[in-house]
Amino acid sequence: MAESLVYLPQSGDWTCAGCGGPLEPKETDVTYLEGGFNITLLTCPKCNMALLPEYVAMGKMLEVEQLLEDK
Amino acid sequence: MNQQELRDIEHRCIEEEQPRCQAACPIHVDVRAFMAKMASGDLSGARKVLDRTMPLPGVLARICDHPCEEVCLRESIGGPLAMGHLERTCALGTPTGGKPMCMPAKGKSVAGLGGDLSALTLAWDLAKKGYAVTLLVPGDAPGGALRDLPSDILPPEVLTESLDILGRMGVTVKTGQTLSDDLLTEVRQHFDAVYVECAGDNPLGRSRADVDPVTLAYGPEGVFCGGWPAPDGNRSVITLVADGRRAGASVDRFISGATLTTSREKEGVVATRSFTSLKGIATAARSDPDDPVAGYAPEAAKAEAARCLHCDCMECVKVCEYLKHYKGYPKLYTRQIYNNLSIVLGNHYLNRMIDSCTLCGLCTEICPEDFSMAELCLDSRRDMVKRGKMPPSAHEFALEDMAFSNGPDCALVRKEPGRDACAHLFFPGCQLAGEPDGRIPQAYAFLREKLDGGVGLALGCCGAPALWAGRQPLFEEVVAAFKAQWEALGKPRLITACSSCLSVFRQAAPEIPAVSLWEVMEAETGLPETTGFSPAAPVAVHDSCTSRHNEPLQTAVRAILAKRGVAFEELPLSGRYTECCGYGGLAGNAHPELAKAITERRAAASDKDFLATCAMCRDRLSHVGKRAYHLLDILFPGDATDDPATRPDPGFSMRHETRARLRRQLLAAVWNEQVDAKAPAGPDFVVSPEVRARMEARHILDDDVKRTLAHAETTGRKFLDRETGHFLASFTPHRVTYWVEYVMEGDVARVFTTYSHRMSVNNVGK
Repeated sequence: MAESLVYLPQSGDWTCAGCGGPLEPKETDVTYLEGGFNITLLTCPKCNMALLPEYVAMGKMLEVEQLLEDK
Repeated sequence: MNQQELRDIEHRCIEEEQPRCQAACPIHVDVRAFMAKMASGDLSGARKVLDRTMPLPGVLARICDHPCEEVCLRESIGGPLAMGHLERTCALGTPTGGKPMCMPAKGKSVAGLGGDLSALTLAWDLAKKGYAVTLLVPGDAPGGALRDLPSDILPPEVLTESLDILGRMGVTVKTGQTLSDDLLTEVRQHFDAVYVECAGDNPLGRSRADVDPVTLAYGPEGVFCGGWPAPDGNRSVITLVADGRRAGASVDRFISGATLTTSREKEGVVATRSFTSLKGIATAARSDPDDPVAGYAPEAAKAEAARCLHCDCMECVKVCEYLKHYKGYPKLYTRQIYNNLSIVLGNHYLNRMIDSCTLCGLCTEICPEDFSMAELCLDSRRDMVKRGKMPPSAHEFALEDMAFSNGPDCALVRKEPGRDACAHLFFPGCQLAGEPDGRIPQAYAFLREKLDGGVGLALGCCGAPALWAGRQPLFEEVVAAFKAQWEALGKPRLITACSSCLSVFRQAAPEIPAVSLWEVMEAETGLPETTGFSPAAPVAVHDSCTSRHNEPLQTAVRAILAKRGVAFEELPLSGRYTECCGYGGLAGNAHPELAKAITERRAAASDKDFLATCAMCRDRLSHVGKRAYHLLDILFPGDATDDPATRPDPGFSMRHETRARLRRQLLAAVWNEQVDAKAPAGPDFVVSPEVRARMEARHILDDDVKRTLAHAETTGRKFLDRETGHFLASFTPHRVTYWVEYVMEGDVARVFTTYSHRMSVNNVGK
């Protein structure tokens, strides 16, 4: 499989507010309907949270959602 | 939709029908394309148009008797286009031409007895198809009566050059033949088929009555006859050509072993259903060349050709932003939609198109054949829903909005307090109920005061969003639930303030007697004594598209305005022909940009302030900066002191709030029941106008933001940007995940952005 694209926040120094720990890039799998793709996001390994920046949600992700809706 | 239904629907759109000129031409010259080239001064381009359909174009273009002119739509506005003169001008200005493309030899032979125009046409057509054609002609050269034409009309060298081309196409000419039955009998033995041209003296004695009019077949197999002059002896050049062409087609079918008769309706002069509106087209007088033999001077030819109307229909496309947006016309869309629905695996590129029709029905009113894009799109939506192919994002927001309106926070059905009977039931509609200063309490009080027998109240949604979304079972559920409540109230008469609700109930529950508030006020109650806002300048009446066929409603609205002394004007498209505000059919959900363009187009129809009778129409118009009143603004004084035409579109969240507040307000004021507002779902927040606009565009409600904030603040699950101090948190109530970036300022959050997505992030931490 091809290496997943990395989508980090475009600005800021982000940490997990819950545990105060640092965030780590991690490959995650995003799905919708019967499709999906892998991307690397900043995550808090302790709290199981992924940080999805706005530019990804309103860009690449929206594009893929629309594509999958028309499948 | 099956193939037959597809064809039936497609057939209704007449856009691809031939224009009258082309249909009247037995060989269907593309007159529109020819005129376009001539108007731009492109003689060789125009000649190519002629070459596509004309046999011996150098000859025929000089002498055609142009029956097309008799049917030209310019007749009454300046005179028919001078097609004959223009063709001749084109022929005079272009070389006689080269050999057309011919198919490889078929190894079949055809004989033509005669060398006049019909036989030459047959030879031309069949040689192109790869037949070996031999013309047997009397005298010493082919051409027949063409040789008798004055030499300035048809110079002999032009005829010779054209015959040379025939020769290069492989046509053999045998001169000095005596055309007789003996010759025919002999020739038939050596050729695969024979054509007998009955021009001139017609030595073989066949008359038109002897042959089959469709195939021109005559007695013996493989013999075809044509090319007679008219009974009065006159020769229509183009009719001779038409005979040669028809006989040639028969010969080709005969030799190929195909049926001679089927599917020949499109040959020769045909009927056409084409329609072209002459509305607004200025008269422009026909100008003939000073010397018909020499044809037009270049500029004069351009001017005459420029008078061509390029007849087509496009009537629906002219009035509909949606039909225009997809750059085609209904016939094309029908085929595309059919293909889209038929895809099993692959991309459905037209889902969005199917979902962005406003279902307003204007196209059907305009269409000479009653084509209904609304019917096509709604049926397609139902089909998509049934097969699980409807994109979830297309209508989900509107359906959730409907559920909210019919849920415990907003819905209400009550009899008039202190009354056992309920003769009338006021149903304002969910959009008006979502409008701050919508004047529902005033209107309800007024109806209670004026009408006998008890006036109940029903707050909720009629189910239109489910209907428009193609969710038929859900729609029927909503209507059935309402009907049960209506029956429980003793089957009162329904009085609606919204024309969409009225049309939905009339269509889906015809047993419920329903009437518009405007008709009741006009005919039964009279108008309230206290008045609302009175516009100083005339207003333009905007009929909602769902009242298109409700003439009594439209009349009542105008009568009310007249009684109130409000000056008003009609929009160019109103009443039966009114345009949608862009809300209809949930177009705004599926395609916000297109829906906005539809609203802007409507707003631009007049520079007057608009007067709407539907809350959604008013708000959408207001949203694009158009000053617009609701009729209730004029009937009842409102709480706000400002000019109501400047009242902004409340937006989605405010509408929700307002509906819930209205229910509480009415319960308290009318039924004396105190209902506490529900405890807030989360902290209050503030946003800039830019972020507010982004929330509207992304269909993110205040409630979604508050719940995300509450989730983050109670669980501590959030990210922190150490540079700015901003938090970022997400929450997924059911299908959509919402993200909010914020800081807390005391109890109130300041929200910097909010966004959402439908994809789920699955394996974090796993």
